[in-house]
Amino acid sequence: MKTLFDKIWDSHVVKEVEGGPSVLYIDQHLIHEVTSPVAFLGLEKRGLKVLRPEKTIATPDHNVPTINQHLSIIDELSRNQVEMLKKNCATHGIVYHGLGSEGHGVVHIIGPEMGITQPGMTIVCGDSHTSTHGAFGAIAFGIGTSEVEMVFASQCIMQPKPKKMLISVNGKLNKGVTAKDIALYVIAQISTSGGTGHFVEFAGSAIESLSMEGRMTLCNMSIECGARGGMIAPDQTTFDYVKGRQFAPKGEDWDTALAYWKTLKSDADAVFDTIYEYEGADIEPMITFGTNPGMGIGISENVPNSDKLTGSDKLTYEKSLKYMGYNQGDKMVGKQIDYVFVGSCTNGRIEDFRSFAQFVKGKKKADNVTAWIVPGSRAVEKQIIAEGLVEILEAAGFELRQPGCSACLAMNDDKIPEGKYSVSTSNRNFEGRQGPGARTLLASPLTAAAAAVTGVITDPREFL
Amino acid sequence: MAYDKFTTLTSPAVPLPIENIDTDQIIPARFLKAVERKGFGDNLFRDWRYDKSSQPIADFPLNQSKYSGKILVGGKNFGSGSSREHAAWAIYDYGFRVVVSSFFADIFQGNALNNGILPVVVSPEFLEKIFTAIEADQDTPFEVDLQNQKFTICASGESIGFDINPYKKHCLTHGLDDIDYLVSMKEEIAAFETK
Ligand code: SF4
Repeated sequence: MKTLFDKIWDSHVVKEVEGGPSVLYIDQHLIHEVTSPVAFLGLEKRGLKVLRPEKTIATPDHNVPTINQHLSIIDELSRNQVEMLKKNCATHGIVYHGLGSEGHGVVHIIGPEMGITQPGMTIVCGDSHTSTHGAFGAIAFGIGTSEVEMVFASQCIMQPKPKKMLISVNGKLNKGVTAKDIALYVIAQISTSGGTGHFVEFAGSAIESLSMEGRMTLCNMSIECGARGGMIAPDQTTFDYVKGRQFAPKGEDWDTALAYWKTLKSDADAVFDTIYEYEGADIEPMITFGTNPGMGIGISENVPNSDKLTGSDKLTYEKSLKYMGYNQGDKMVGKQIDYVFVGSCTNGRIEDFRSFAQFVKGKKKADNVTAWIVPGSRAVEKQIIAEGLVEILEAAGFELRQPGCSACLAMNDDKIPEGKYSVSTSNRNFEGRQGPGARTLLASPLTAAAAAVTGVITDPREFL
Repeated sequence: MAYDKFTTLTSPAVPLPIENIDTDQIIPARFLKAVERKGFGDNLFRDWRYDKSSQPIADFPLNQSKYSGKILVGGKNFGSGSSREHAAWAIYDYGFRVVVSSFFADIFQGNALNNGILPVVVSPEFLEKIFTAIEADQDTPFEVDLQNQKFTICASGESIGFDINPYKKHCLTHGLDDIDYLVSMKEEIAAFETK
């Protein structure tokens, strides 16, 4: 009567601390330039080395430029962080996938691509969207810098066991509805704090029908409802994706691994602390209108009014609309936009660019729109080129940039100017997330494509 | 990193009656480029505290000299968003030791505890009382008693209990951190690996 989460968690507990959290063993540690330098510094101050460098991989992604990556990084602080990462990796014997190298990319994109992410693992990274890897039936979650230092020092972390939540989505999805829309729909239903204290398992026929890319998008966004992470039981789709990748088990090891992976599912009588059930048919393409990912609506709906809210809830809601420059009751469709960003660990995989390219094929980018099309990794970039998508994009007036986090958090130069509207495939629409004063509208690559060619918020289904 | 031991604290509080204060507001991403853990307090709530020409925004509570103290009181769902621990460092570096809210985001709560900050969860009604008390008298003191897990509005004597994981409580009262503990477990970890 164990859940999928219990099975993996329990097999990784080294020790239960009296009155405290569990000591959890970590199979894979992913690091990047922003949350690691202070952890390395702390380690050195204690006179320690990284305990298991072979279970750690590094890549600089958060603040790298997405053009001219062969040149030295202009911003001094960014360059310094990237160089520190490289140096720290050399000191501690950690494999480093530097800018321009074959393995470079957003940390949550390269792990799965290389076959490092596998079912049944515990995976951590100093970045909240580590939950992405849960798509493979792994326990993956974001940690803070002092926890990064813990994993460096001991390959373990101290964690209280979270509660378990089941979110099932059943039935067929409507035309034009993607994994991103499921994610935004669920967050809008349960709010940005609805999942707090929980680890989510997604299940149901609509979830099973998703590709690995789609599952990664959904698990990526799971933390935006406040959950520690999200996961999906591995199945044939998962095994087919992992098989043959660089670090996937081979030969007999594969058979052993596969036999184990097939046991990784919640028992029929497993107990969840919280359960939500939704119908795929109720979901339409989604878009956010406010300043947190829970403020999303179906694209054909109007901005809700605040009548039902009281006190500080109401004030917060109104502050949010003011920031966005929207009014209650406004229709979303038809509103002018200025930027389109396709990329990030949420929607920066090959499938996302295929769907964007397919949509804009034979159409033209609207003149009022600046578009940043940023692959999640070098491998995605190469695939885009190999599949001839670049030609399609270019013919429609779009230019492909180089991999990195880019406008997802705007730590590099890819910042949306103040007051401008950006339809973004990333995961967060907080005030200033894409640059000071920037206004973010989260949506799927399909909805982003529709906005990019019309210059206004557009229901992508009109074109399908 | 060792931080100050925490036992009891009596201090006025700074009110921030805003909900869903996310870590992008606590410390915007562009200040995350440091490779050391210093000076984050200067940029705490940067974009709410300063305008574009770096002039203080007068009505933001941190800029109002009438408010002071080591306790920050925020609206529901404090610390949501990005896992950046820099948010906790900025709050600690600025001088806060306690953050009070009716609800904290998970990762923030963990990061706070790891960095010498005590997150105190109170009921929504009690939170309103705290805001009201500060509004009535900005110097009104509050007492945070970690040993007895009690938060008190000194003026009225009203108090409320709060939860804290016993292990974290031990760490906070002794100024210890998790890494000290884990490093001491070396052999158990090695044994686990060969299982
Ligand atoms: S793309 Fe965005 S969410 Fe993903 S790792 Fe980079 S900054 Fe974090």
